[in-house]
Amino acid sequence: MKKPEEIFEILKKEFPDAVFEFKNDLPVEPLIIIDPLSIDKVSIFLRDTEGLEFDTLMVLSGVDDANGEKIKGEDESESISGGTLSVYYHIDSIAQNHKITLKVSTPRENPEVNSVESVWRTADWHEREAFDMYGIKFNNHPDLRRILMPYDWEAGYPLRKDYKNPEFYKGMKVPY
Amino acid sequence: MGLLDKEFSDGNIVIARTEDVLNWARLSSLWQLSFGLACCAIEMMATSASHYDFDRFGVMPRPTPRQADMIIISGTVTFKMALRIKRLYEQIPDPKYIISMGSCSNSGGPYWEHGYHVLKGIDRVIPVDVYVPGCPPRPEALLEGLLKLQEKIRNESIRKKISA
Repeated sequence: MKKPEEIFEILKKEFPDAVFEFKNDLPVEPLIIIDPLSIDKVSIFLRDTEGLEFDTLMVLSGVDDANGEKIKGEDESESISGGTLSVYYHIDSIAQNHKITLKVSTPRENPEVNSVESVWRTADWHEREAFDMYGIKFNNHPDLRRILMPYDWEAGYPLRKDYKNPEFYKGMKVPY
Repeated sequence: MGLLDKEFSDGNIVIARTEDVLNWARLSSLWQLSFGLACCAIEMMATSASHYDFDRFGVMPRPTPRQADMIIISGTVTFKMALRIKRLYEQIPDPKYIISMGSCSNSGGPYWEHGYHVLKGIDRVIPVDVYVPGCPPRPEALLEGLLKLQEKIRNESIRKKISA
C-alpha cells in the first residue's frame, strides 16, 4: 500500500515531463495532473510496475471546466471560448489496496487525449461516453462513436456548459 | 345498453348490433405490446402480476407488434427510442390504442426543461388515447386508465374512431 504522495514521487521520477502537479489541498481525494498526450504511457507504467499494480479503472469521467471566456450572444445565450475540458481517472489497485485520481486537461477548441482503452478495457465505453457528452477525442481508441445520443446527433455535445438544444430532431420538437 | 338484454326465450340466440359486438370483443381482449421503458414499467409489471391481475380485463403481453392491440408507453421516451416506438406503432394492425403512462411519457416529466435527450410527451410522435398521470402511477391508476380506454372503445363507431 502506497500513499498518494509516494505514488506521485515515483511517477515524477519516471516521467519528469509528463507529470505536472500533485494536488492534496482539495476537499476530494488527492489527484495527480498529467499531460493528456502521455496519459497512456503513464497508465501502462501504473498498471505494470511492481508495488503500484493499478489493475482497475473504477471510472473515467469528462468534465467541462467552463474556465474560458464567456461570450454573451444576441439572444441572451452564452458561449464559452478558450479554457479547458478535463478527464478524471479514478484508478484502484486491488492487489495493493491503494487508489489515486489522475487528471488531464486539454484545450476546449481541440480536445485531444490519448486513449487508455488498451490499458484498462473499462475505458472503452467510458471514453465513448466522454466523447459523446463533451466531444473529447481519444486518440487510438478503436471505436470512438457516440454511445448514448443518436449516432446522427448533430447539435453538439450536451454536457458542455454552453450547449444549446436544437429546435427539432428528425421532425420531433425538442424544447418543451 | 347491455349486450345481452335482447334475448330469445330459448336462450340460444342473442341479438345485438354489429358495432356493439365488435366493440365488446375489442375492449375485452386488449393485447398489449410487451414493452417497458423505465420505472413505470415496474409498476406495469406489478399490474400484470397476480395481485392486480391485468389478465382479468383481457390484457396480456404479446412480444410482437403484429399480434398486439395497444401499447402502454411506460416510461421516459428518449429521442432515440421515439423513432423505434413510432416504427412499432406503425407495425400494429388497426385498430390500435395507446396508453401514455406516467409524467415522462405524458409531458417529459422531470426532464421537461433540461432533458436534452427526452421527448417532451409521446403525443408528439404517436396519437395517445388515454393519459395516466403519476410518477410512476400506482397499479390502480393504470387499471383506471385501462377502464377509461375500454369505455372509449365501447363508444366507437365502425365508420370512424371517436375522438373523445
